[in-house]
Amino acid sequence: MALRTFIEAIRETLAEEMRRDPSVIVLGEDVGKKGGVFLATDGLWAEFGDDRVIDTPLTESLIVGASIGAAVNGLRPVAEIQFADFIFPAFNQILSEASRMRYRSNNGFGVPMTIRAPYGGGVHGALYHSQSVEAFFTHIPGLKVVIPSTPYDAKGLLRSAIRDDDPVLFFEHKKMYRSVRGDVPDTDYTVPLGRAAVTHEGKQITVVAYGLMAHYALEAADVVADEGISVEVVDLRTLRPIDKETLLTSVRKTGKCLVAYEDNRFGGYGAEVSAIVAEEAFDYLDGPVTRIAGPDVPGVPYNHVLEDWFMVNPEKIAAGIRKLAAY
Amino acid sequence: MAVTRKTRSDLAASVGLTDADLIAMYRTVALARAVDERIWILNRAGRIPFVISGQGHEGAQVGLAWPLERKKDWIAPFYRSIATCLAFGMTAQDILMAQYAKASDPSSGGRQMPGHYGNAENNLLSLSSPVATQMLHAVGIALAAKIRRTGQVALTSMGEGSSNQGDVHEGLNFAAIHRLPFILVVENNGYAISVPTSKQLALENVADRAAGYGIPGVIVDGSDVLACYRASKTAVDRARRGDGPTLIEAKVIRLTAHSSDDQQTKYRPEHELAELRTHDALPRFRDELRDAAVLTDEIETGIAAEIKAEVDAATEHAEHEPDPDPSTAMRWVFAEDWPSEMPPAWGLGGHRAAAGGNHGTAGEGHGTADEGHGAAGSEGGGR
Repeated sequence: MALRTFIEAIRETLAEEMRRDPSVIVLGEDVGKKGGVFLATDGLWAEFGDDRVIDTPLTESLIVGASIGAAVNGLRPVAEIQFADFIFPAFNQILSEASRMRYRSNNGFGVPMTIRAPYGGGVHGALYHSQSVEAFFTHIPGLKVVIPSTPYDAKGLLRSAIRDDDPVLFFEHKKMYRSVRGDVPDTDYTVPLGRAAVTHEGKQITVVAYGLMAHYALEAADVVADEGISVEVVDLRTLRPIDKETLLTSVRKTGKCLVAYEDNRFGGYGAEVSAIVAEEAFDYLDGPVTRIAGPDVPGVPYNHVLEDWFMVNPEKIAAGIRKLAAY
Repeated sequence: MAVTRKTRSDLAASVGLTDADLIAMYRTVALARAVDERIWILNRAGRIPFVISGQGHEGAQVGLAWPLERKKDWIAPFYRSIATCLAFGMTAQDILMAQYAKASDPSSGGRQMPGHYGNAENNLLSLSSPVATQMLHAVGIALAAKIRRTGQVALTSMGEGSSNQGDVHEGLNFAAIHRLPFILVVENNGYAISVPTSKQLALENVADRAAGYGIPGVIVDGSDVLACYRASKTAVDRARRGDGPTLIEAKVIRLTAHSSDDQQTKYRPEHELAELRTHDALPRFRDELRDAAVLTDEIETGIAAEIKAEVDAATEHAEHEPDPDPSTAMRWVFAEDWPSEMPPAWGLGGHRAAAGGNHGTAGEGHGTADEGHGAAGSEGGGR
């Protein structure tokens, strides 16, 4: 067991997977000598060299598109998109190509590829370095979307993602890179894709979250516990395929569901969670499925007062919990 | 038939091939044309809903694909690549199966529109409809070949219309930087659906752009099969040596409308088509081989009979193959099935089915045969 920051867990996993499997390569912008703008790939170039740690030109579509081709021809690329905000030039390659390859070829071709991208706000990143973009991608059949919240999960899920035979989009909340620490075993464990975790048991309200919000949900649960509200927190970990069983089991037990997500509220991932709960746990509900989410402005504003206004935080989640508890 | 002789004419020797090679190439060009003509007939007869074809491209495609090594090298084709696919290991039956979109269609099991070929067995990458996306896949295949030291070469082809996409720029730049074993073939037929080249690029030739990437840009007459072969052979040898990518522009002709949903007389003068037919690679190659005494009456007649029988048999086979079973329509979204990706039980007639309203939405439609059907093949358009 060793204490690791979130980004240390990512970096270690990349290095370990590259040592374990010579078909694993890393490519992206500044991932080489510099080791990535967040240092997620620091040291990889020195250990594995030019062939396996590739600094690409500023070409997101190529980073993903060439990864697709490399995956088809025997490699397991781990592509880094420098910020999730910059992933959209690659959207066509992700949507039309990577995610459809297996289906459209009737299992003739698969794309074992992982795309890592830092996302999220609260770091003074403004409109184009703060976005939560998961909803654009969770809509896509054929694409797995993972958002871990702890170093343990980051490591276990990244291993699973790299070893998976289908494309996996792996979002890492950049505010967590150095602020979140946790114990990580020295073993070659994996955390399976598609499995949520109940990170706090409770009886009255289920709070569903992922990424940074999974931490804020736990903080909010502690706050309202002192007020006598018993909250269960479900950390989804994999957004798609979603672990409906863990989600629905929790909601059927508590009878109330609040979804916390940082993305814009309208059409965000929480909307799908809400729909699933409404459709499949309606008979058990004691109150409206509720969303605590980012406001519907086109991005996170820069000024710290405006940024604080945008960001979902433990206080906002706690307020939502109190309101729902009183319903 | 008589393609067994091992003789080597001067013509064959001039390109380093045997007479049997030349005859096999001719046969592939002629087979591609016969398959192509058949699918238009089937479309007009109402047997298949959509056709997109490559008539006028076949000679270039066969010449350009021929130097690659089957089942070792890779091709990421595009929707006019019937002859490319035939030259690289697919059969007339494989192509017809894609037209009929039957369950055993080796390209997609009936999931894709006709023209979207692909075949893992032959290293022909499955293609999509957004144009030029395959550029980056072929570059990635070449990257893997270089990293894994497999000695493979990756070729992709597209029209000159597609060559304007940003993915082409990103891919050529990267392939050039890393000297990847990669070949971009641009089959320039003068039109992006209806838009002539004069409105697509300011340069005369797509190949002129190669200079901007520091790689060779080669222009070749697409009606000259052996010139295409030579250009491709040079590029393949260069790629195999580790000297990097080549851009080959083949000037071809488009003898048909863009697709079965296109009325080309609206934007294309009649006399242009008549003139273009004089640049058709098929009769030109035939005459060339006859002049070189490689092709005789006997061989030609034999090939024609063989091709007719092959296309007839392929059509007959595809016509009688079963359609895909809708119960398989959820398969291969991922390598393994995920229960949570299945629709809720009541969409399939579960305990709340009687309440109505939840039935038969598009997302749940795979549950019944009627809903699973119909969506495929009814689309027109494409590019």
